Amino acid sequence: MTTAAVRARPVRPVRSGGSRQLAGTGTLLRFALRRDRVMIPLWVAVNALMVLSMPNTLKGLYGTASERAGLLRQMETNSSLRAMVGPVFDDSLGALTAWRVGVYAGALAAVMGLLVVVRHTRDEEESGRQELVASGMVGRRASLTAALLAAAVANAVLAVLVAAGLAGQGAAGAAALGLGIAGAGMVFATMAAIVAQLTESARLARGLTAAVLGVAFVLRAAGDSATDDGSSVLTWLSPLGWLENLRPFAGERWWVLPLFAGAVVVQGAVAYGLAGRRDVGMSFLPTRPGPAAGRLGTAGALARRLQRGSVLGWSIGFLLAGVVYGGMTEGAADLVAENDSAREIFRRMGGQAGLTDAFLASMAGMLGLVATLYVVASVLRLHGEETSGRAEPVLAGAVGRLRWAAGHLAVAFGGAVLVMLLAGLGLAAGYGHRAGAVLGACLVQVPAVWVVGGVAVLLYGVVPRAAMAAWGVAGAVLLIGWVGPALDVPRAVLDLSPFGHLPKLPGGEMAWGPVLVLTGLAVALVAAGLAGLRRRDMSAS
Amino acid sequence: MTKAITVSGLHKSFGRTHALDGLDLEVASGEVHGFLGPNGSGKSTTIRVLLGLLRADSGAAQVLGRDPWADAVEVHRRIAYVPGDVTLWRNLSGGEVIDLYGRLRGGLDTRRRADLIERFELDPTKKGRTYSKGNRQKVALVAAFASDVDLLILDEPTSGLDPLMEEVFQRCVEEERDRGRTVLLSSHILSEVEELCDRVSIIRKGRTVESGSLADLRHLTRTSVTAELAGPPNGLSGLPGVHDLDVQGRRVRLQVDTDRLDAVLRSLGEAGVRSLTSTPPTLEELFLRHYQEEAGVR
Repeated sequence: MTTAAVRARPVRPVRSGGSRQLAGTGTLLRFALRRDRVMIPLWVAVNALMVLSMPNTLKGLYGTASERAGLLRQMETNSSLRAMVGPVFDDSLGALTAWRVGVYAGALAAVMGLLVVVRHTRDEEESGRQELVASGMVGRRASLTAALLAAAVANAVLAVLVAAGLAGQGAAGAAALGLGIAGAGMVFATMAAIVAQLTESARLARGLTAAVLGVAFVLRAAGDSATDDGSSVLTWLSPLGWLENLRPFAGERWWVLPLFAGAVVVQGAVAYGLAGRRDVGMSFLPTRPGPAAGRLGTAGALARRLQRGSVLGWSIGFLLAGVVYGGMTEGAADLVAENDSAREIFRRMGGQAGLTDAFLASMAGMLGLVATLYVVASVLRLHGEETSGRAEPVLAGAVGRLRWAAGHLAVAFGGAVLVMLLAGLGLAAGYGHRAGAVLGACLVQVPAVWVVGGVAVLLYGVVPRAAMAAWGVAGAVLLIGWVGPALDVPRAVLDLSPFGHLPKLPGGEMAWGPVLVLTGLAVALVAAGLAGLRRRDMSAS
Repeated sequence: MTKAITVSGLHKSFGRTHALDGLDLEVASGEVHGFLGPNGSGKSTTIRVLLGLLRADSGAAQVLGRDPWADAVEVHRRIAYVPGDVTLWRNLSGGEVIDLYGRLRGGLDTRRRADLIERFELDPTKKGRTYSKGNRQKVALVAAFASDVDLLILDEPTSGLDPLMEEVFQRCVEEERDRGRTVLLSSHILSEVEELCDRVSIIRKGRTVESGSLADLRHLTRTSVTAELAGPPNGLSGLPGVHDLDVQGRRVRLQVDTDRLDAVLRSLGEAGVRSLTSTPPTLEELFLRHYQEEAGVR
């Protein structure tokens, strides 16, 4: 076919393929942005909000020169804290903002970039939609280019928002921070473009790229704990470390920016090179054959099998996070002890007891908040199974709907206990004292996690079209839990989150009342959701 | 004769769309029943009601003597279902899925499973995401035919199969009938339906427009007759039930309502018949007539 087409058009020899390989890119880009019209603005807005709200928060925390001097002194000596947030390069509000959120905003932009790219490349191929698109007047490189451009648009908007929003702190620093965050986003967007060529499954592509991001974070953390000025080789190996070494608002080192550009160009070239050497739908990492006969015999076993990979991933992540937070507990408590406002925040998050206890409590609470993402993802597997049509043949078997749902919900709600248990074990191991109390602090989060899971079940069961709104609920709970204490928002708002009602452990008094009420609420939500599920139509397609 | 499926006056709406508008369907135990209708006429919706996945707005449905909504699990123990669009779990092998489906029903005959895998030339070790459409359908078909059930509900099960596999499929359905099982076969492949089905129901816009054995249905339609005569034909145009009469010298072509065939043959005989072909209406013609009526209504 191809040769025939080429022969039939002698005016256009094969060499002119360069521009034709990009045919249709504009259409595909518009199409990608149209499909992501909710997702991209949401990611950009949350990220920008996080960055732009920071100067205000920091002004409250470190309002005086002596408070800032104390912070800088602490950061020089406290390596475990540097591992978490990196070194401080200057005591201006802008520099502190870049220090406090720069790396995290970069990581968030990276996640956005990798999601956008995989969604418009490997996801399309895996689903088979790409075949139809590629059969149109679409160049060989158009899809990958459109995906990268969509990520670039998202990151560019984010950079502009950050640069404009922080311009008051210094235009050069604001521009540097914005460009650095977007640069990190694009480095991982192009990284995802490479990985998407390697794997046949979009889920695996996302997971592998996220793992690379995790490695980048750990490298930077390790480098920063070793040195107090970001000069460690380990830090320079990580794109997140480049972002830090760009030093926004602290004598910007503009020569770091080409590192991002270089990585984007090189990785992009590799991705295009790989893409040009493979067939549509194929991958470089082959799929291994599976067993010819299976042992799965019940809907519950199927649910466990389908979710075991993600449960394993979350378990490892929570265990490691626990160990890291536990290890930095004493250093962090020392730092906080020097600052009245920071102490106040940790009290709001962690309770009135000693600072070490308050820190432990706020870390346990943080992990609990993140666990809501696990529980929502796990509950929504039901939705994915139903809408993909995979649930239909299972439900056409001798399996009641409730039994089918229960299989997945057992993984979701049991898994929430498991990840918090592992987080507690990690936290206790890292901290090294009072294992029981630390473990209890993590486990007491479970009922609040369950409530969010219960809301997801309710949405899925009663209004399946709005099931995805469960992510919004989890996001709101996260926002209240993370930003709420620092912004001193009204109690009524904090009370909206189930986490606001939990006893502050360790250190605070164990209160069984709210724990039981939240557990009961979770049970009621699940029951209502299942009642809805039993009554409604199962939609296929 | 006992009924495997009885449906009467079934209504189901999705928002403003009336998917089912008083549909009736009867499938006798032990028969292979063809379920025909244009795209969007409500076949899949009916099947989902029969599987208890959708709840009918009104009307009655019984599957194997039970209510498919209330007694879903009990009913499902005795039925096997093959959807038209089979989606598999990307990281489970075909063999694992076959065994899972089998265990979720009344159980699996392992010897028949092995035999079917061989006949359908299916590689059960491949992962779900690597199967083509036809191979995904084979996974579901092997699971259905190897399951120990009384009723098979097949929703356009062969749309991705090649002609050889189509042949294997037809043999399998015949074996199922020989074993006394009931099959509800929704299909667009009319030769397949003609080959396999004892009775058919044709639906249109959520309503049953025709139901019966193929012979019954043919009786209601026209037969095409082409004849070469010894002398000029006489009085054919005056006969009741004759349509599209086309006389060219001694060559005659006409269509006749099948129950009026007698008089036409007598008339042709009087003129002396040199050669005669008479074709019963194909299912396709039957079918097209209903489709075209639909177009005509608009």
